[in-house]
Amino acid sequence: MKKEGEIRIPSGCAISGIFSKSDRKIGGEDIIRSIAVMHDRSNGLGGGFAGYGIYPQYKDFYAFHVFYENRDAKKECEAILESLYDIINLSKIPVRKIPEITDEPLIWRYFVTPLPSKLADSQLDEREFVVRSVFRVNITVRGAYIFSSGKNMGVFKGVGFPEDIGRFYRLEEYEADCFTAHGRYPTNTPGWWGGAHPFALLDYSVVHNGEISSYDANRRAIEVHGYKCTLQTDTEVITYIFDYLNRRIGLSFREIASVIAAPFWQTIEKMEPEERQIHEYLRNAFESQLITGPFSILVGFEGGLMALNDRLKLRSMVVGEKEDRVYIASEESAIRVIEPAPDRVWSPKGGEPVIFEKKADKEENHAVDFRLSRI
Amino acid sequence: MQSIFVYPEYEVERNESRCTMCRICERECSNGVHRFNASTGKIDCDDTRCANCHRCVEMCPVRALKIVKSGHTFRTNANWTAQAVTEIFKQASTGGVLLSSMGNPEEQPVYFDRILINASQVTNPSIDPLREPMETRVFLGPKPSRIERDKNGKLINNLKPQLKAEMPILFSAMSYGSVSYKVHEALAKAAGALGIYYNTGEGGLHEDFYKYGDHTIVQVASGRFGVHPDYLNSAAAIEIKMGQGAKPGIGGHLPGTKIVDDVSRTRMIPEGSDAISPAPHHDIYSIEDLRQLIDSLKEATDYKKPVIVKVAAVHNIAAIAGGIARSGADIISIDGYRGGTGAAPTRIRNNVGIPIELALASVDRRLREEGVRDRVSLIAAGSIRNSADIVKAIALGADACSIGTAALIALGCHLCRSCQTGSCNWGIATQKPELVKRLDAEEGARRLINLLTAWNHEIKEMMGGMGINSIESLKGNRLMLRGIGLNAKELEILGIGHAGE
Repeated sequence: MKKEGEIRIPSGCAISGIFSKSDRKIGGEDIIRSIAVMHDRSNGLGGGFAGYGIYPQYKDFYAFHVFYENRDAKKECEAILESLYDIINLSKIPVRKIPEITDEPLIWRYFVTPLPSKLADSQLDEREFVVRSVFRVNITVRGAYIFSSGKNMGVFKGVGFPEDIGRFYRLEEYEADCFTAHGRYPTNTPGWWGGAHPFALLDYSVVHNGEISSYDANRRAIEVHGYKCTLQTDTEVITYIFDYLNRRIGLSFREIASVIAAPFWQTIEKMEPEERQIHEYLRNAFESQLITGPFSILVGFEGGLMALNDRLKLRSMVVGEKEDRVYIASEESAIRVIEPAPDRVWSPKGGEPVIFEKKADKEENHAVDFRLSRI
Repeated sequence: MQSIFVYPEYEVERNESRCTMCRICERECSNGVHRFNASTGKIDCDDTRCANCHRCVEMCPVRALKIVKSGHTFRTNANWTAQAVTEIFKQASTGGVLLSSMGNPEEQPVYFDRILINASQVTNPSIDPLREPMETRVFLGPKPSRIERDKNGKLINNLKPQLKAEMPILFSAMSYGSVSYKVHEALAKAAGALGIYYNTGEGGLHEDFYKYGDHTIVQVASGRFGVHPDYLNSAAAIEIKMGQGAKPGIGGHLPGTKIVDDVSRTRMIPEGSDAISPAPHHDIYSIEDLRQLIDSLKEATDYKKPVIVKVAAVHNIAAIAGGIARSGADIISIDGYRGGTGAAPTRIRNNVGIPIELALASVDRRLREEGVRDRVSLIAAGSIRNSADIVKAIALGADACSIGTAALIALGCHLCRSCQTGSCNWGIATQKPELVKRLDAEEGARRLINLLTAWNHEIKEMMGGMGINSIESLKGNRLMLRGIGLNAKELEILGIGHAGE
């Protein structure tokens, strides 16, 4: 049977996210309880979590989470890492053996920083250096897969129901500023743990529910810019699009929303001239990054969380707020199970980005300006 | 030695019981097939003159006429076909090069017909274009590799000049001279109404049509006919014609009989002189020369117009397109070997060049591998016959398609493939005033608008079926295609899987 990456597997899903606007941390058990409510939206073939602010003691180092199929792969990968990085700490990621989760790969964690001489030689900016070395391992080392590579954040994922994956990774032992979770309903077995979500590159992580119809257009367009889509999943290509548009091009998350879930032309034509020009520019200049077909995504990034639906809102997604907490999930039940009395609950419109950022002055909140401009 | 008689391929059948002897057929046929015989009181038919253009058939008020394939035959021979034999008869009689018109009619594979399109089922929804917005607007031109902001952080529009088309369809280059004034008028009007573009071809731009400049692409070909600053500046874009799919490697050839009055003035050449374009541009013998012509044209138009480079699909097209993309061109138009023509040597038309489907797939892949795909847009041409061909071309990697033959058929062309004779009964490929006036430009424009409106709707239906509601998301989306009856190499070149895979 072919592994995910060798074939393309459509999936249905559940997603959930919790974001703390203050310094009050979120416990891992909350996100497990939230995603567990939506058990029927998963089929046991994939689940995972991303946590931000979970490694304060190593916050200046890139945290690499790596799957190994065997010890040779580990040896080969570590040789590459050692040649490029100063490895500050390495260990197995602590897991709990439970009957629901079996056949796990070797799962290791490395806190690293690029060797100054190698970084200088590469003539690359530090984050680009990291991206390229992640791709190098993932493409060239058979049986090794770096599935998390950001600072002070980490992805925990595998094949199983998400609540079991959470218990397996002892998620209740982590405290975060932001958690996202994913329960997967693939139509076919992914065959390995790398196919589970979230998908992450640097501190960008994406959980996604949907099946985008623009996939191959997006994939072939992003590969022109040096990315290599090894998993053939929507989530992977969406992550690369965010990395490309945000880190490399310099678009804001709100501008990115106008690219990937662009307003319809008929909507743009009704906008005020200045706004209209910007949207016309973004749609034209970044046309290949437009995403069509159903999606609801949560994009985690350093200090923030963004939620976005496709422009027709072909997938459910609900936002709830209570004091300093923000909850976003595929279903309202997944919010109410952990916060029975939210201050407000609403469904963002198609293409309407909902962005929360840690710094109070940057908090953009629920995109009122977009609401009128949608059809 | 006298000519060898070649029995006509088609015969005119007249139903004498219906015929009223109105003699309309006699007046309508510019080839002189029908002639009233006063001594017999009947109409004689000279089948040898018949081009099978159906003009008489359609104009006959009592449906008394039809054209049938002649039953006349040679001894069956799979190798020496009737065509092979009669072509030798013709050349042995005349010593001339065989001439043909319109696209290659031979039975080589049509790859579009061996590609199937996807649709959504269960895992994601199809979208109904009658209920939801469905977008087919395209922009043609290079995309920026970086953004710029002003001091307030506002995005600056750093896009180079673009063509904005309301659907991914343009009219191909057809010169005034090869086709009639009325054809250009109909194309220009339709392009304006549809929010797309027509293309002057290499014959210059008639003074009456400058008003359609916003929807006009002007061509600069090796003969430089009709090229001057006002011509360049009147247009929305400039196309350098390096080659044509129907006749790669040779230039255009318009017989002196078509160089009359306005055609002569528009081309800026004497009346009655043959307009023979050189095979190459004599200022372009290499890729670096192309860059200089592109720069010259941009300089002449103040960098306000995108420059298109049109090339015929030949064996090395991927590398050639890579060179063009690196030479300042904004758009590359690739013309496949089935593309139409007003006149071409038969041997070249039928044997030189490659199919647009394979050329397009190779070019799109190569430009992506080289990281220069965003620097240019791609227009595919060379026998786009319907909306499904367009959907397939875009999914293979085209930004838009252009149509020539299909547009002429909408105007009444019956593909008799006799354009080179200059006596087109439909008023299309002729300059004879009595024939040109048969074409009504208003009605022609209406038919073109009908055709493309229908195609655009069909494109939307197919996109909706795939769950795609904007044409950008179809571009290069090869997962939406599967081959049928194609071998592994063909699939590899097209970059698609086989049906069932």
